[in-house]
Amino acid sequence: MTDAAFSAPGRSSAPERLSLKTRLAARGLDGTTLLVLPGLLAILALFVYPFVYGIVDSVTPETGAWYENYRRFFSEPFLYNTIAATLWLALPVTLVNLALAVPIAFRVRLMRRQRLLTTILVLPITLGTVLVAEGLLNFLGPRGWFNQALLFIGLIDGPLRLTNNYWGVFASLLITGFPFAFLLTLSYVSGIDPAIEQAAATLGANARRRFTRVFLPLLVPGLAVTFCLAFVQAFAVFPSAVLLGAPAGPTRVISIAAYSAAFEEYNHSLGSAIAIIMGVVQLAVVLAVLGLRGLFYRGPAGGTKG
Amino acid sequence: MIRDQGIGSKLWRAAVWALAILFVLNLLGVIAAVVTNSLATRWLGTLLPVGWTTRWYFSAWSEFQLTDVLLVTFQIVFLVTLLSGLIGITAAYALARRDFPGKRFAVLLFLLPLLVPPLTYGIPLATLLYQVGLGGSFWGVVIINLVPSIPFVVLVMIPFIEQIDPRVEAAARVFGAGTWSLFARILLPLLLPGMLAALLLVLVRTIAMFELTFLVAGPTSQTLVVSLYYAVFASGVRASQSIDAMAVVYMVTTLFWLVLALRFVNPTQIVARAKQSQPAH
Repeated sequence: MTDAAFSAPGRSSAPERLSLKTRLAARGLDGTTLLVLPGLLAILALFVYPFVYGIVDSVTPETGAWYENYRRFFSEPFLYNTIAATLWLALPVTLVNLALAVPIAFRVRLMRRQRLLTTILVLPITLGTVLVAEGLLNFLGPRGWFNQALLFIGLIDGPLRLTNNYWGVFASLLITGFPFAFLLTLSYVSGIDPAIEQAAATLGANARRRFTRVFLPLLVPGLAVTFCLAFVQAFAVFPSAVLLGAPAGPTRVISIAAYSAAFEEYNHSLGSAIAIIMGVVQLAVVLAVLGLRGLFYRGPAGGTKG
Repeated sequence: MIRDQGIGSKLWRAAVWALAILFVLNLLGVIAAVVTNSLATRWLGTLLPVGWTTRWYFSAWSEFQLTDVLLVTFQIVFLVTLLSGLIGITAAYALARRDFPGKRFAVLLFLLPLLVPPLTYGIPLATLLYQVGLGGSFWGVVIINLVPSIPFVVLVMIPFIEQIDPRVEAAARVFGAGTWSLFARILLPLLLPGMLAALLLVLVRTIAMFELTFLVAGPTSQTLVVSLYYAVFASGVRASQSIDAMAVVYMVTTLFWLVLALRFVNPTQIVARAKQSQPAH
């Protein structure tokens, strides 16, 4: 496989005689490279082509001008309000998840046996939103353990209404989203060399200053990525918004609108348009967060001399 | 490690631990509530049910035709795992070993399906599958599940293949190994742990993948999680214990593979792709 690299200098006196195969191999194209083709073809056929098809489909409505679907989306409150409803769920949940994940990750990084905790936290991610929604319907319901516990402590007088509304979906996004944000944050926090903290402490920085002046700047890039990935998940909320929320009211999120347009009204053109709008809104938030990240420190978080 | 001994930082530490414990308690409570309800004769507003029974499992098994559903689920999941393993590992090998023009673009193409919400590409793809007559069929479900699975395998396997020294392969060539024996006797044993990890993770993710399967699943190609969704969606029709019995069956199926997967991977790998081993300081 490496013979191309060895033979190329020897024949360089007569470069025009190099076979096409050798010249391609020198640029990294040989039989091994061709192994990437099945994967690339699959992604082109199953992801890129449908994506382009979706864009074309969204601008070729059955009636009206090419922008008819988009005009309809932005003129009907029932449709365009879904953007605000989704953001109103996804942004606060993502912020709460990160706000919880950072201090807990800082504590857990000092633990020696993290495996049990991380295994418990992986449960809701692997079980998925449908199961969490079913569990929460029972757990948070008016007669569920959560309300029973609060009544027992005496925090509340009557059961709280926590399902089939905004808070039910919020809780489900918290249960599946927090472990995700936590495990990502933990991997970033563990990547920071403890010697940096010791150096700051030696120089007289207290815990608060060590966090705001040393850890936070080092963590910002990782937190930005965590925010984006957690936001993408929360923004795509679908089964729990139907099962645990009020899908006709405050938790009518954009994925419900896209699904019902495509598969309940059988208007796949409008469905594709809403799906594209969904992708664009999410991309805008992600780009804004990554743009903000650029304003902060960039550099190594290890303690070695570069 | 530095421990501050001030009263403020002790309070802060206690508060953080309390939050973490509260979260874990609620999480375990959610799971325990499902299990308890599936074993309850009647459970309304008391701490524990009035009586215990296992009959809901038998009624759920026949009501939801779980034998068929489980059979279809495993056929779909194993086929997706096999196909995405074959396609993904070969692509990852090429991307890890060769530097060719357009490689960054290829990696970006493999990254995109994991960053875009499933419904954004799922709705056009499902529309296309319905147009060619694959909507609602077994193969439609397999195809739509390949979209996130192949990139996942590629991205998990690239760092794993990169850490295998290419000189090992070169040495095998020098000693006269053909392509087949190089693959079977050198690469396969070295790659096996990484392959097992990647494929088990794909398996667990495909069992739990709801959105994409939901878009194309027909009556005979529903996986367990989609059946569970429909059961919860029409929850007035059936006894809640029966639905929860099905949820427990789903949990056991998923957790079996998760426990198996956790023997080979670190839990953090399930959310983040495998980190490259850090150089020693």
